[in-house]
Amino acid sequence: MSGSAGDGLLVPTGSLVHRLPAQVKIVALLLFVLAVVSTPAAVFWAFGLYAVLLLGCVVLAKLPPATVLRRLAVETPFIVFALLLPFVATGPQVDVLGVSLSSAGVLGAWNVLAKGTLGVVAAIILSASTGPRDLLAGLERLRLPSTLIAILSFMVRYLSVVADDLHRMRIARESRGYAGGRAGHLKAVAGGVGALFVRSFERGERVHLAMQSRGYTGRMPLLSIGGADRGQWLTGLTVSLAAIAVAVAARVVGL
Amino acid sequence: MFAYPDGRQALFGVDFTIGRGERVALLGPNGAGKTTLVLHLNGILGAVAGGTGSGKIQIGGTDLHREHLPEIRRKVGLVFQDPDDQLFMPTVRDDVAFGPANLGLKGAELDARVQEALVQVGMQDHADVAPHHLSYGQRRRVAVATVLAMRPEVLVLDEPSSNLDPASRRELADILSGLDVTLLMITHDLPYALQLCERSLLMDGGRIVADGKTRDLLADPTLMAAHRLELPYGFNPLSVPGPEQ
Repeated sequence: MSGSAGDGLLVPTGSLVHRLPAQVKIVALLLFVLAVVSTPAAVFWAFGLYAVLLLGCVVLAKLPPATVLRRLAVETPFIVFALLLPFVATGPQVDVLGVSLSSAGVLGAWNVLAKGTLGVVAAIILSASTGPRDLLAGLERLRLPSTLIAILSFMVRYLSVVADDLHRMRIARESRGYAGGRAGHLKAVAGGVGALFVRSFERGERVHLAMQSRGYTGRMPLLSIGGADRGQWLTGLTVSLAAIAVAVAARVVGL
Repeated sequence: MFAYPDGRQALFGVDFTIGRGERVALLGPNGAGKTTLVLHLNGILGAVAGGTGSGKIQIGGTDLHREHLPEIRRKVGLVFQDPDDQLFMPTVRDDVAFGPANLGLKGAELDARVQEALVQVGMQDHADVAPHHLSYGQRRRVAVATVLAMRPEVLVLDEPSSNLDPASRRELADILSGLDVTLLMITHDLPYALQLCERSLLMDGGRIVADGKTRDLLADPTLMAAHRLELPYGFNPLSVPGPEQ
């Protein structure tokens, strides 16, 4: 497994979850999320079980809880949206602490919050236990078209290069005494993005030359990763299969 | 002869021969056409690449024609100036494997070739690292390895010592002088040229204006001044050892 410090979102702990082949983890994540979203929102106990399953994974992957909680912050926009729902949805109203809320809205908010959080935590576990290169190789193993793999892999490689470019441009601007206020800054950033696009475009051309000169003929070589055996698939999918069982039970009981 | 698509002509009659195993520096001021010239050597620019230009290039007895392009690109390894342009795969190992994989190598043979190239530049312990986690000097060395993995007959480097700290610059020189290939090196670093290359070509305005022993060229103040070349302060090309033969 590749993995030096600061390799994408990877938190290297060498746990059982980390050692599973990436393609197994990707399929497991997909199945888990499908199970979660197909569960009726009113069957609250099912979501409790999902949460317990995920908690088990976090413990098994030896991920620091603080890191997981911090990364949950990406969910914030959805939380805001979810919290708005009870106020804007129509239908029968309920009184909560003296505020009149739409009962459909409350359930909708719960639906977004619960399913969103579970999905995000599952994705955090995947990204913290799998390096970016392994993720790409796993997707390739799952027959994602090679053009998409190539685009993703260039993105992984050049994100930091482009971020460095942007950082240098900002420093150059500020070190020449730029202080244009909020609107001025926005304008400068917009201009900077244009310049950044041109720079990145030119870099793309140079990279293409470098690829050609090493015999590139339009087909990227495979990243090649070992196949997963039956045991690894079974181990990796345990949680997802449990989640599917919960989802089916929720459907049957919930109706 | 060669002109860019915007009509700017960059090369005006360039004619030279480099013998097998020779180490040659390509000197000249900015805009002389040095990079344009080396991009011709493996058919990236010029008529074979669908551009303009005329002339004939022969590498190791093979004429540069469209049907020979894969062969020529294996024989001529180009190391670009910015290692971030050269290293585009997620890990060092993937990147070094890119060239040989395009040549059709796979499996254990490919792994052995990657290992061999990384050992040549002393980077075998960094195979699974992402390029952006390496220092600039390390990236430059990996860039050399990506080309060595194709077992080229001619190694062409575009300003190999630029932006390197003195120790990295010396380490790269040690690596380059230990390689058994024909070497063509663009550089503004004249002591580096004298250290590594017995012979130098001096380019200006899209032409080769001088071709001779590096020491003789550097020791000719009139020639140097005429083409905007200057030695570092206190450097006397006649008082240093030069390349080991």
